[in-house]
This record gives sequence, structure tokens and C-alpha cells, in this order.
Amino acid sequence: MAELLSLEEAVARLVHDGDTVALEGFTHLIPVAAGQEIIRQRRRDLTLVRMTPDIVYDQLIGAGCARKLIFSWGGNPGVGSLHRFRDAVQHHWPVPLEIEEHSHAGMANRYVAGASGLPFAVLRGYTGTDLPAQTATIKPITCPFTGEQLTAVPALNPDVSIVHAQRADRAGNVQMWGITGVQKEAVLAAKRSLVTVEEIVDELEPRPGAVVLPAWVVTAVAEVPGGAKPSYAAGYYERDNAAYQAWDEIGRDREEFTKWLNELTGVKA
Amino acid sequence: MSAEYTADEMMSVAAARALGDGMSCFVGIGLPSKAANLARRAHAPNLTLIYESGCLGAKPSRLPLSIGDGELADTADAVISVPEVFNYWLQPGRIDVGFLGAAQLDKFGNINTTVIGSDYHDPKVRLPGAGGAPEIAASCGEVFIVLRQNPRAFVEKVDFVTSFGHGTGKGDRERLGLRGRGPTLVVTDLGLLRPDPETAELTLTELHPGVDLESAIAATGWSLKVSDSLSTTPAPTDRELTVLRDLEKASA
Repeated sequence: MAELLSLEEAVARLVHDGDTVALEGFTHLIPVAAGQEIIRQRRRDLTLVRMTPDIVYDQLIGAGCARKLIFSWGGNPGVGSLHRFRDAVQHHWPVPLEIEEHSHAGMANRYVAGASGLPFAVLRGYTGTDLPAQTATIKPITCPFTGEQLTAVPALNPDVSIVHAQRADRAGNVQMWGITGVQKEAVLAAKRSLVTVEEIVDELEPRPGAVVLPAWVVTAVAEVPGGAKPSYAAGYYERDNAAYQAWDEIGRDREEFTKWLNELTGVKA
Repeated sequence: MSAEYTADEMMSVAAARALGDGMSCFVGIGLPSKAANLARRAHAPNLTLIYESGCLGAKPSRLPLSIGDGELADTADAVISVPEVFNYWLQPGRIDVGFLGAAQLDKFGNINTTVIGSDYHDPKVRLPGAGGAPEIAASCGEVFIVLRQNPRAFVEKVDFVTSFGHGTGKGDRERLGLRGRGPTLVVTDLGLLRPDPETAELTLTELHPGVDLESAIAATGWSLKVSDSLSTTPAPTDRELTVLRDLEKASA
């Protein structure tokens, strides 16, 4: 049964230094507030996993929380580059960042294998690209039935996966809808999971197309209204595109970023 | 046709024209998405747009700002999970056209969106990376690419092959067992390039109105081959321009 906790308590209990942590959300329902709480609690040496590390990962990387990033597309969607990510890769600031780079199909299948309790997944991908030469977790495999050359990628089983959803009930059953990306797979693949939600309701009304994560696969639920901002939560609020554009200015400059970080963490300049 | 238009408008219109009614198209964000949405409004109402966020048959009323824009989900025939998009729809070859952009493109249509510079671990510029593109380039029936033409983008050989085009020439795709036909068309702000049937090297086949051949050659970082039957792209029609501008206005 999922425990209902405050965000602060949930992050303190579930996210430890050195953990492999996945915060998923495909443009929609990104658990931004949870990511910023990890920054506030000064976690270090994290291996961050995410298909599309966007501005919350730029913030975590810039704050020095991450030792390694496992990903498939790192950008500020609709705006441009992630400058803290670039600075860490190109200039090792504030700490060096090791990367493990995949395609979306590879990452999605790694979560599927993790959620399925299998050691690896198979896809017909990566052929001819330079990615396998740089990424140790992309290997050729021969189909035992047809002899076809395919690609194997190992399961992703994060220590903790964090996602944001629209609703949960008091027992900790979670309901989400709209673009749900790989959130279900990320939660099912993880040893522990935290779901932040827009609201906790007495009873979940069935919704066509909604994903329901039963309370017994979720470790903790925290009610965090607006917890996906500046991304969006269908049915609750829209994406704040201006905030994504504004991040380009802040993220571009170490000093501007440090000011932003001090404000977030309550450090006086 | 006397209407005034920009080079970017010509590029979007030429890219949109490549998409026929009834096709299915896996759409990249940015220029490809603009062209695909223009096509759906201008001449291909039954074009099925598929976005990697899981939106099948999206019919946005404005241009999406990102691949997971709520407008795409709200107007889609179905919203599915990301593993399903890649495993059930893209990988088996169910999609006619993949429409991609690029940071760097080489003369065999290979795409780089990973790093600029020869050292992966110490790049000159770290780019966003692969996203869905490698499998789109491998698995769609064919691939169209749209990007502005300049010598920094159009290089002899890409620094990193993120998405495979024609490798080092004709026959490479078949040897590697790739199923789709790969890049069959590149649309730029100057003209159109298509792979040579014998060598698969990208060859200039059309110039946009008012663009001279020398500028196209100067904007290409390799010794550009020009088709014997080089022709001129028809200028955008009033209707195409009106639809494009309305779309951009709705998206501003």
C-alpha cells in the first residue's frame, strides 16, 4: 500500500546519494517539483535516467546532483539546448558528467524490460549508427529462430522512479491520462517509486484511456498541486512556454544559474 | 505568380508538397512539423500525422511547440505509450514517411544530431542527441529531410552518424538489413536534393525560383553534383502562402 507523504518527507526517505533515479514525463506531467526538492536536499552522485532530460534535469545537473546521465534526447523542447548539460559535458562544470546515450526506442525498450522482469530487451535498431561504439549498453544479438541480427539493450531498473500524475485516492491508487510516455514502465521497473499528484480524491472516477497504477506498486504518493509546472497537466493547467524560453537565458550563464539556484535553495547571496 | 515570399516559406511549401494525401508520416518537431501541418491543410487532408510522444493521427489547429504539446494529444485519434509508438507502429514498417530535420547532413544523407567535433567525449558542441530519429530513419518507408542549406550543415561527412541515410553509398542499407528506402528527398531554402540512382549521393535536382546555381554550390560543404535535368521549383501559390501564414499566425 502506498504511503501518503509530504514531498519533503518522500524525497528524504526514497532518494539517497548514489542512487539511480528516473524522473519521467514526456513533455506532459514532468515531476519538476520533485526534482527541485532533490536539489534542495542536496543529493549527490546520482545516476539520472530520463528519455528527454529537459529543464529540470538541466537544473539537477547544474546543481551538481548528478554523476551520470542515461538519456536519449537532451534539449529544451521547442527552445533549443540545455546549457547546464552542455557545460557539464563540455567543461565538467560544476562536476564532470558521464553520459550513457541511447535512442528513444532503446530507452523505451529498456524500461519495458525492467517492468517485465527481464534482463534485456530486443529491438531492430541502432544499425549503421555511431551510437553502439560509444554506448556499452547497446549490443548485437542474433535471433535464435531466424538468425536475424538485432540489438539487445539491458533492462533499466532504477532505485527510484518519480512521476507526476493527475490524481490519487487515499489508498494511493494513481490515475493519469493524456500523454503518458513511459511513466507506467518507469514505475513498474523501479525498486521504489514516488508519484506526485495534482490532488488526492476520495474516489477515482474511471476515465477512458487513463493509466491506473494500483497502490501496491507505488511506494509513496505526495500531493503537490502544480508539481509539473512549467510543464503541463492535462485537465489542470497548460504548459508555460514562456518559462521554457526564460530558462534559456538563465541556463546559458553560470552566474545567472547560480543566482537561480541560491533562490531555490534559500541561500543568501 | 507574383506573390512575395521568403526563402523559408518556399522551403516549407516545397517540403509540404512532398507529402501526398492518404500517407502516414512520422513527424519531427520544428521544420518537419510545419511542413506536415501545412500539407494536411493545403492538399492532403487525409495525411496521418504521428508524433513520438504517442499521438497517432494528430490534427493540431496550430503548430505544436514541442513533441508532447497538449494540442497534439487533444486532437489525436489515439494517444498511446511511447514503447507502443516505437514497437508496434514504427518498427514493423507501418509508416510511409519519416520527416526529419538535422544539425549536420552529409552527401549520403546521413544525419548528425549528437556532437559537432571528432571526439565524442570532448565535443566542440554537444547537441541534443538521437531521440526517435535513428529508428525513424531505419524503419519508415522513406525519409524526407528539411533543413537550411549552408556549408556548416551540409558537410562531406558527418562528425557522428546519429541516423543512417545511405552510409557510404548505394547498397549500404541493403547490406545492413535496413528495411526502409532511406532519404529520398532533402528540401532546403535553396532547392531540392535527391539521391543519385547509381551512387546514392545527394544531387541537386531543383533550384527554387531566383536562386542561382553558384549560391547552392557555395552553400554546400562538398562538391555538389547537379542533375542533368535541373529544374526550377514552382513558386508557392497564393493559396499555399495563405494557408502557411494562417498556420503561423495561429501558432504565434
